[in-house]
Amino acid sequence: MIEFRSVTKQFPDGTRAVDSLSLVIPSRKTTVLVGSSGSGKTTILRMINRMVDPTSGVVEIDGDDIAGKEPVKLRRGIGYVMQNSGLLPHRKVIDNIATVLYLTGVARGRARGRALELMDTVGLDRAFADRYPSQLSGGQQQRVGVARGLAVDPNILLMDEPFGAVDPIVRSELQQELLRLQRELGKTVVFVTHDIDEAFLLGDQIAILKTGGEIAQLGTPTEILSNPADDFVSSFVGTDRGARALHLAPGRFGNLVIDGTGRPAGILVNESPTEGPSWPGQTRGPSTDGR
Amino acid sequence: MNNWLDALAWLVDPENLTGPGGVPARTVEHLGYTLLTLVIAAAIALPIGYLIGHTGRGRGLAVAVSGGFRALPTLGLVTVLALLMGLGILAPLTALVILAIPPLLAGAYAGVGAVERSTIDSARAVGMTEWQVFAQVELPLSLPLAISGLRSATLQVIATWTVAAILPVGGLGRFMLDGLPVRNYAEVLGGAIVVILLALVIDAVLAGTQRIVIPRGVKALRLASKRMHA
Repeated sequence: MIEFRSVTKQFPDGTRAVDSLSLVIPSRKTTVLVGSSGSGKTTILRMINRMVDPTSGVVEIDGDDIAGKEPVKLRRGIGYVMQNSGLLPHRKVIDNIATVLYLTGVARGRARGRALELMDTVGLDRAFADRYPSQLSGGQQQRVGVARGLAVDPNILLMDEPFGAVDPIVRSELQQELLRLQRELGKTVVFVTHDIDEAFLLGDQIAILKTGGEIAQLGTPTEILSNPADDFVSSFVGTDRGARALHLAPGRFGNLVIDGTGRPAGILVNESPTEGPSWPGQTRGPSTDGR
Repeated sequence: MNNWLDALAWLVDPENLTGPGGVPARTVEHLGYTLLTLVIAAAIALPIGYLIGHTGRGRGLAVAVSGGFRALPTLGLVTVLALLMGLGILAPLTALVILAIPPLLAGAYAGVGAVERSTIDSARAVGMTEWQVFAQVELPLSLPLAISGLRSATLQVIATWTVAAILPVGGLGRFMLDGLPVRNYAEVLGGAIVVILLALVIDAVLAGTQRIVIPRGVKALRLASKRMHA
């Protein structure tokens, strides 16, 4: 469990990225921090591995104040995946994945063996092991980034807009992969995005952030959709319009679901979605698949 | 045309190829001076340059100071220092170290500056110490530009040591400055040819080194972006 207790971060230029934030991030669940730019979401994420230190307040991991921990040691125990992968361009894929293992003194052979296993875990062909990051596609680079984040089998995985820079089809693939991984591994994932659809897809718990790191609403996707806290939240998640303001219209094969612009979004079926892989485009109730 | 033939004749004359005043000995001397100058300049410039590159602080000051150094007329500096420090190797050595610092310094901090910020940030975020960020990320990725700096420093130092022969020091400049007063133009031209060849050979060696030290993944990156822009 990660806990923020009245945490404030003021940067030297005077901007308050985060203002007395209190937030509990439960273990083995995915918590998504979602907000537009300037909402402090990345700052909040980076306070968990001390890439940013709070101006005041306390951040605890499993009850321990992290201010007392050595940053380098703390970071080696926490997975970190960022946008544009952040891989080392002069190292091969396999050595990029093993970076943290090398740092912690794992023998080269063992580290590389573990890196190959991780390539399987994230769905990367082992043939890519000896390539350099620049020889991979954006989606493949992100998979390498995720594998690197998982290398030391950390309890916590921080993901800072990891799928922000890849095209929509690849993004959707990577999101499904992350859901699969999370079902298998059950990490405490903290995921930052500005994409509310991504937040609803991946999050067990979602924190919708306003400017200055203020939480507009914290809850499950169902709670947020069914009971938005205020106009900001409704407008942000789009329940007031378009693709999320759905209504039913009777059709020949059942009830049609019509979106806010009058276009059919799908049909209403009686069976609820079962557990298992869900496909892009499938009309799917958030958080009802028993993750 | 006659001068050229005389110079070539001078170059192959066995008398000029042996002994402490011969071409080989003077070449070794010249290379020794050059190496000594570069080692001292590098020992000063590289730590400062990499510190500036790593911390991102003091860049403005470094640009100003090395710009000032560059503006100093080297021959004037050699003369003034010789008046202050006396004859011998120390005065020209100091002047040439000052000359060699700016390109080395600029190569180091520009090399680090050219590394993607996100690469450095993520290296730190996965748990590298500051030293590891420097040694495993910034240093290898800065090498192409750092060696460019070394190349330009080396050329300047090789060239300027010949001029330093206005003082009683060795090196290939001796041929030019000793030949001139006695109108031995064959010697002057022969010495000049040797210096030019030496500069070209050393630059070729460094150019080769530069190709070798560019990390392979970085080369692949360049090819990839070239392909994209093609």
